[in-house]
Amino acid sequence: MSRQGEELVRIDSVEGTGCVVRGDDIDTDRIIPARFMKVVTFDDMGRHAFEDARKAAKGKHPLDDERFSNAEILIVGQNFGCGSSREHAPQALMRFGFRAFIGGSFAEIFAGNCTSLGLPCVTLDESDLTKLMDAVELDPTQSIRIDLEARTVTSRAGEMQAGIPDGVRHQLLEGTWDATRVLLEAGDAIERTAAALPYIG
Amino acid sequence: MTHRPRSLFQKVWEAHRVRELDSGQTQLLIGTHLIHEVTSPQAFAMLRELGLPVRFPERTFATVDHIIPTDDQSRPLSDELAEAMMSELERNCREYGIRFFGPETGAQGIVHVIGPELGLTQPGMTIACGDSHTSTHGAFGAIAFGIGTSQVRDVLASQCLAIAPLKVRRIEVTGELQPGVYAKDVILAIIRELGVNGGTGYAYEYAGPVIDAMSMEERMTVCNMSIEGGARCGYVNPDEKTVEYLRGRRFAPDDARFEARAAEWLAMASDPDAPYDDVVRIDGSTIEPSVTWGIHPGHNLGISESIPTPAETPEDERAGVEEALEYMDFVAGTSIAGTPIDVAFIGSCTNGRISDLREAARIARTGHVRKGVRALVVPGSAAVQKEAEAEGLDEIFRAAGFEWREPGCSMCLAMNPDKLRGREVCASSSNRNFKGRQGSPSGRTLLMSPAMVAAAALAGEVVDVRKIG
Ligand code: SF4
Repeated sequence: MSRQGEELVRIDSVEGTGCVVRGDDIDTDRIIPARFMKVVTFDDMGRHAFEDARKAAKGKHPLDDERFSNAEILIVGQNFGCGSSREHAPQALMRFGFRAFIGGSFAEIFAGNCTSLGLPCVTLDESDLTKLMDAVELDPTQSIRIDLEARTVTSRAGEMQAGIPDGVRHQLLEGTWDATRVLLEAGDAIERTAAALPYIG
Repeated sequence: MTHRPRSLFQKVWEAHRVRELDSGQTQLLIGTHLIHEVTSPQAFAMLRELGLPVRFPERTFATVDHIIPTDDQSRPLSDELAEAMMSELERNCREYGIRFFGPETGAQGIVHVIGPELGLTQPGMTIACGDSHTSTHGAFGAIAFGIGTSQVRDVLASQCLAIAPLKVRRIEVTGELQPGVYAKDVILAIIRELGVNGGTGYAYEYAGPVIDAMSMEERMTVCNMSIEGGARCGYVNPDEKTVEYLRGRRFAPDDARFEARAAEWLAMASDPDAPYDDVVRIDGSTIEPSVTWGIHPGHNLGISESIPTPAETPEDERAGVEEALEYMDFVAGTSIAGTPIDVAFIGSCTNGRISDLREAARIARTGHVRKGVRALVVPGSAAVQKEAEAEGLDEIFRAAGFEWREPGCSMCLAMNPDKLRGREVCASSSNRNFKGRQGSPSGRTLLMSPAMVAAAALAGEVVDVRKIG
């Protein structure tokens, strides 16, 4: 995959089936145990998403539930992604196949790391979140649509108001969530700035 | 033309600004990029995925420090994962044309020790590295940021960071330090005073007679722990000491250009009437040898003081103090002096330089490591190791019962085999006393100066170094 020279990737919506992982304060250690820090690429990280929790659940973890296979939207509780700032956590979930998160709330650094990967994290108020979780567990085949333009989450449970910080929403809608791409747009200005520095130029 | 007084931070920022971004951040050029084996491999992998080259390969420099064993560094490394990480770094450097200071070059070491040593770190630069203690390089009047893996990718691809401007707080340390009080004690006192989050949104400018009197290595110790005070970076204005330190270093400007560059370096210093967002004064003459008793670097006290009681603690810190007391299993209100230790660790990017080892050796030669205490000396770099051995410091340490190791991060974060076991208490010259930091999930760390660590190793308990040397 080469994105160099291609168009900005604007993300105005994500649509797909959901997977529900209940529980609050799920930290990055649980999402990807610390021992997987000792690796050289993120490639394999998807396999290890929630590894310890899944082992403990002996196949009963939602990520191993067949009804949720191919889900692209992960639905979680409060304060998801708290703890260490490791970027391995969103990488693991993205490589497992998730493209967006719906939750009660998200830890700030986790959400920031998600944005830089183009993975929207949107919040619902508590009663809506419960309704959505119940509905998806009852019928996992239904499609869920996160609309960033309209700030809504739509499913069989109805249309709900979704929260997302203005700045992040703007970055996703404008396609400027990818910092590398934005920085490269400066073009020759980078070389010009470098050339003016006595220790480089 | 009217003169607009500026701080060093502002001068460096303006010289490196490429453009303002819509997000409100600045696109800042990074002059020198340092990488190591832990946070770079994924960044290279992302670069490959994007099909992007490294924009300025000659401005990135690599070494291996975090995972490298300090007993036997022969290849392949016995830990397969460590070997994989190291080989991957070698491959990336080869493929992208990046200079790699591996063990065979004689220039390997902790990234924040070798940067200054090689003369890569210079006044007026912007520096970035995928490691939070990058603030160390600020000792030279550089603006140096610790960054995450996707920012490592950004710098590799564009030599830039997207970063919001910072406020500047000038911290003046006045008076004169008492004998037995070191740079480590100064920064611990600053963090204690301003808090572990007190620096959020700030660059710290360290100044005043105490900082002026410090050697470059001492200034590095202070700047190193800026991040532990929540500051994004910390720096000291360049002066004649900075210039003399850099003269003749491998990557310093050559003789023909040196004087002219040195004049430019000195001109980067903050103007006398520079504006600051905040100014704090700390009386250096009242600082004692300091020791941490809890689970973050702000949990520290002077050696003559007692461990705080939750009741005396301001309400917003009380829960933290209770949690720390429970984890450490220390009794509130008792003296920290006399706390028995199991392990002594001298090393790290905070205190693994030659002057640190000299001070520790000065104490070590007065006795022998207490029976039952495991004591490790890990030089911060191959160059430090060589210099120490030339001075016979290794012999002094060995004779006193310390282990003399190969250079690396070692027990600072225990990603290599050097780890605490169980509930062991470690007197450590490193920078973080977080729960589990030194490799055992229940291990306990007491941060202090290298001389204090050496003294604790001999006594088998925390002691006041002033009573020894
Ligand atoms: S010595 Fe410790 S703090 Fe310094 S770079 Fe190594 S692991 Fe990080």
